[in-house]
Amino acid sequence: MNRRDFFRKSLQAGLLTGAAAAFPGIYGNYFEKTSRILPAAFDLVAVKGGEADVMFDEAIKALGGMKNFVKQNQKVCLKPNVGWDVSPERAGNTNPKLVSRVIKHCFDAGAKEVLVFDHTCDNWRRCYSNSGIEKAVKDAGGKMISGDTENYYQDVSVKSGKRLTSAKVHEVLLDSDVFINMPILKSHSSTRLTICMKNLMGVVWDRGYWHSNDLHQCIADYSTYRKPDLNIVDAYYVMKRNGPRGVSVDDVTTMKSQIVSADMVAADAAAAKLFGMEPDDISYIKIAGAMGVGKKDLSSLNIKRIIM
Amino acid sequence: MSGSFLRKIRIIVSIIFFIPTTFLFADIFSLVPPSLSNGIVYLQFVPSVLKFAVLLSFSSFGFIIVLALTILFGRVYCSLICPLGTLQDFVNWIRGKIKKRNKRRFEFLKEQKLLRISLLLIPIIVFVFGSSLAINLLDPYSIYGKFAGNYFRPIMVGLNNIAAFVSDRFKLYAVYGYDLKAFILIPFIITTALFVFVVVMSWIKGRLYCNTVCPVGTLLGYVSKFSLFKIVIKNEECLSCGICAKECRANCIDSDNKTIDTSRCVMCFDCLTNCPTNGIVYDFSFRKQQSNNLTIEQSKRDFILKSSLFLFSLSTIAAQVKKKIIVTKPSTKPVFRKNAVSPPGSVSIEKFNVKCTACHLCVSACPTQVLQPSFLEYGFLGMLQPRMDNIASFCNFECKICSDVCPTGAILPIDLEKKKLTQIGKAIFVKDNCIVNTQKTDCGACSEHCPTKAVHMVPFEGKLVIPETRDDYCIGCGACEYACPTKPYKAIYVEGNRIHQIAKKNVEQKKLEEKINYKEEFPF
Repeated sequence: MNRRDFFRKSLQAGLLTGAAAAFPGIYGNYFEKTSRILPAAFDLVAVKGGEADVMFDEAIKALGGMKNFVKQNQKVCLKPNVGWDVSPERAGNTNPKLVSRVIKHCFDAGAKEVLVFDHTCDNWRRCYSNSGIEKAVKDAGGKMISGDTENYYQDVSVKSGKRLTSAKVHEVLLDSDVFINMPILKSHSSTRLTICMKNLMGVVWDRGYWHSNDLHQCIADYSTYRKPDLNIVDAYYVMKRNGPRGVSVDDVTTMKSQIVSADMVAADAAAAKLFGMEPDDISYIKIAGAMGVGKKDLSSLNIKRIIM
Repeated sequence: MSGSFLRKIRIIVSIIFFIPTTFLFADIFSLVPPSLSNGIVYLQFVPSVLKFAVLLSFSSFGFIIVLALTILFGRVYCSLICPLGTLQDFVNWIRGKIKKRNKRRFEFLKEQKLLRISLLLIPIIVFVFGSSLAINLLDPYSIYGKFAGNYFRPIMVGLNNIAAFVSDRFKLYAVYGYDLKAFILIPFIITTALFVFVVVMSWIKGRLYCNTVCPVGTLLGYVSKFSLFKIVIKNEECLSCGICAKECRANCIDSDNKTIDTSRCVMCFDCLTNCPTNGIVYDFSFRKQQSNNLTIEQSKRDFILKSSLFLFSLSTIAAQVKKKIIVTKPSTKPVFRKNAVSPPGSVSIEKFNVKCTACHLCVSACPTQVLQPSFLEYGFLGMLQPRMDNIASFCNFECKICSDVCPTGAILPIDLEKKKLTQIGKAIFVKDNCIVNTQKTDCGACSEHCPTKAVHMVPFEGKLVIPETRDDYCIGCGACEYACPTKPYKAIYVEGNRIHQIAKKNVEQKKLEEKINYKEEFPF
């Protein structure tokens, strides 16, 4: 980081902290918690060739360890993709082995508790259990929370949203100090690909509104509201077609990859390339890039590439 | 054995049957596995008869056991096993607690033989002609099921949600909230009416429902006339005090003439308990059997004939009504569903209408709550039977619990792999209502949810993609209809198959065989 960058980032952080105080309501102090400047050496880490959990060990090491993201006694909210009632090898949901390892890192960094939820598409109990994620979370000492009833979701306003100006967001996310987004890279029938930003559709209640009000714009709009502190893109098993649910294991290829970044747009752009698509072909990445959510242009980033 | 001992056994055993049966209908946590559920309702008479008629297997011998028990011990089904019977006893008990002074309130009533036999024959005749409507309105187990599902289940949900509210307040997240996804008013009203009818009768006259209306009661009643053990009055010990008659909730003891109408005795043993001497006992029926006077007079024949004709004519009216039902209302384009969607395993709507007694056990067991009571969606003769309500939810691809729990064989047990290819309906796309067409933005919620990709996205204008349906792969699960966000009317809906079909397995795409070199550099 050069001197100019340092000034710019400090200024941005200051503005954000100041702006946070201007927001009324219970969640007014919210941005304060999240607007940390990442001291990480890299903007993005890409890993390839190992097991999902081992690749994460490498990635987080490159980012200076989980301690850079989770501080002593903090509450961590983890949002994997648990949308579908399918088994792990169908690649419809985030790899449970990876979820378990991430939780372990959080606790090692001193997290007070790790709460995990998703607003599932299929029946939530079946998704939680058949994805293997519920067991993985419990075994790692985390807690799996229901996202199935509306009263868990609180109204928030999305200030910079163009089409999505308000949303109902799960209280576990709103109450947490650290938010870790853990999507799985998949083909997607309506948005072409689902990665980081698309995964955040699982933290809100009314997805129908997004679908009926310019889906891509809404995805980009929401990503301005609460940026995850860390995004971990699981690309171990990748559903190359018939996503997001998939028809059978025949749709899945084993890519043994992973992308980790604090910047959702960068992570989505890199994951799209990994999948074999251009970021600009996915409208929400393009829109979010233009809205300044993150950096879509990978050549401007400091990327750590690890091949195991 | 003393009378009070028999009475205690009766109370304990009836509770042992009553509580698990009730819990089945309020089990919002899916705690009871289908195998156990089958065991709990195994002895329920009407479901077992119907299932036997379909399957002819040991899995549905329950009714034979009940008949055997009746031949041995009398109508013990009515006092021990039947949940509606136990409920009526409970109503009686409450009344006794409230009106203590008026405790001994029953009196001998004349048997309404004509009514009883008619109400036994009508369901059978209607059933033979292809509808279980009469059974569905008269079978005590099915009435109780409807009642428990409609009342105890919401109570359970309420209690759960209070607990969830408290636990969430303290951020414990120990109990999770439960949403009832649909409330269908008219079936609820009909259920309430049936329930009030039974409760009022039992409040006033004890087991009057069981002894005048209930077809199972009538059938088992006449069987019990020949039973080995019976309640009998011992002339030499009886003081003719009439206490037994006043205690008899079945109104079947004529203390003046010292006779008992065994066909109406529900084996509650209250008479034995209260008899000051040993004038009334539960004993071998040594006495000569009374001849059963079953001759039906001409007027009675007329009555039965006319009432069945009446029911048949109603079915014709229903056939007219059915065509006009609007399930989903017009958005810009009106959408009509011609046929309701019946659950996988029910084979065809006709078969389903014959076998389903609308006990709503499947409605309670369905984890996604897609099964909801119908009103006239299946027509008049299929009233109250469960249908797939894709507005409330959709059928989980990997689930077949309804077919596992169904006690009557209306939803036949089905192999999961077979269920995944059973087409209960077909998705129909209404382009004029679709967001991609009307707003020119991406949507595709329907295709996202489709488990077989029968609904897939095809190129539309510019870079947009729009849904296309493929009947061959569609199984009619309704995920597309549920997910479709067009409000208030859907752009894709499932039209029920009157006869279920077999869908093709979606194998158009070969297994992906990408050679990945894990040592290769990243594409960025």
